[in-house]
Parts: sequence; C-alpha cells; structure tokens
Amino acid sequence: MKRYLFVLRKPPHSGAQVQEMLDIILTTAAFDQHVSILLLDDGVFQLKNGQKPELSGMKDTAAIFKALEIYDVNDIYTEVESLQERGLKPGDLCLSVQEFYRKDIAGLMKRFDVVFAG
Amino acid sequence: MKFAIQVNASPYQSNAGYTAYQFINAALAAGHEVFRVFFYQDGIYHAFKYATPPNDELQFTAQWSELARQHQIDLVVCISAAQRRGLLCSDEAKRQGKQDNDLADGFRISGLGQLVEATLEADRFIVFG
Repeated sequence: MKRYLFVLRKPPHSGAQVQEMLDIILTTAAFDQHVSILLLDDGVFQLKNGQKPELSGMKDTAAIFKALEIYDVNDIYTEVESLQERGLKPGDLCLSVQEFYRKDIAGLMKRFDVVFAG
Repeated sequence: MKFAIQVNASPYQSNAGYTAYQFINAALAAGHEVFRVFFYQDGIYHAFKYATPPNDELQFTAQWSELARQHQIDLVVCISAAQRRGLLCSDEAKRQGKQDNDLADGFRISGLGQLVEATLEADRFIVFG
C-alpha cells in the first residue's frame, strides 16, 4: 500500500479536467490505497458552496467530492493563504477541510509516497 | 530506477508531451527502466494514427511508436479519455457499432487501473502537462 496525495490546483469546471482527476482519485481509492487530497490556489473553489454547474452544461463535481468518504477518502487538506487570497473561509466550503499554512505544505507532502499533480 | 510516466497535454497544447519523450530517452540512456507511459486527458491526442503534421515538423505519434518498438515500452491510452475525444481502436469501435481504427502502432487502450498499477510498481511517478 502507498500513501497518495492528490494536489488539485485548477478551478472547477475547467473542461473535463476535474472530472478526470476525480476518476483517478476514485480508482486509486478502489485499489485500497491511502488517498488524501490537497486543494491549492484556484483548486479551493472545487468545494465552494452554491455552485450551479448544470447551468453551464457541466457536471456537479462538488457532489463527487462529497461522495469520497464512501471510498474512505477522509483527509482533505487546503492552504490558509489560498483561501484568504480568494476571500474564502472554511465555512464557504461544502466539506470540512484541514488547513495548513503555506510554509508547512512541503512538510505535509513529505508524508506521502506519491504526490500526484492534477 | 523504475519510472512511471503520465502525459496529460496534447502535442499542440504544450510541449509537455515532447518533454516527457525526451525525459524517457534520457532515463533509458542512463540505464533506468520505464515501466509504463500512461496517456490521459488531452494526452491521448499523441496516439492518433492519422495525425499528419507537415514534413518539416516533429512527427509526435511516429516518435512514440518508434520508442515503443525500440525499447518495448508499454504505451497505454486511457479508454474513457480516448472515447470522450473520439479515439477508438477497431475492436472498441465495433463494440460501439461504429467504424474506426485510430490507434497508432505501439499503443494499447486500457483502463485507469493500469495507471494505478504503474504508480504502485514504480519507484518514481512523474506527471507531464
């Protein structure tokens, strides 16, 4: 078993990008690996409350994040500065996240065997 | 060292695919092993058999086919990413009631499980694009 950290930095609804990354995350979890997610930069918008993607013909990817706990994906991390720079608070997100300061992100990444850029 | 590689960008979207190609050649030349190259998202555009760039430009698809032939490297194209973008091998086209045969020599089509397996097998996993 390996420990995977998926680092998501793109905003939701950037084409099929997010959906295709979530497919990798779900497949990795289905292989019984230890899966965690880190949302950085515009990636923090992935979990923003009140998205209406169907108006733009996009899939509701936030709903897929909410289903991750079924796959034992419970550790979702984010960066304090990424939220602050975008005027977001943890309460604006649809899942509870663990916040890390930017200076501690490298240390967080060291805990994992595979850091998966997405 | 054993490497697994993922390519996410199309040949004309960025040079990430070509950088991956150069990295693989350098790794092989240094005596490393490349366990698998997995083409995902717009990276699947590297596997289109009928891509026909002008003669004075890089022949991306032909380069990958040649790499697979020379070094027996496993080039895997994700089936769901490929189908979304209209890349079908002849078997899959038949199953879907369509006529098509787009997959270039040296590539094979398979699922995301092959990517996870590659990340488990490899000592290092690198994403390009």
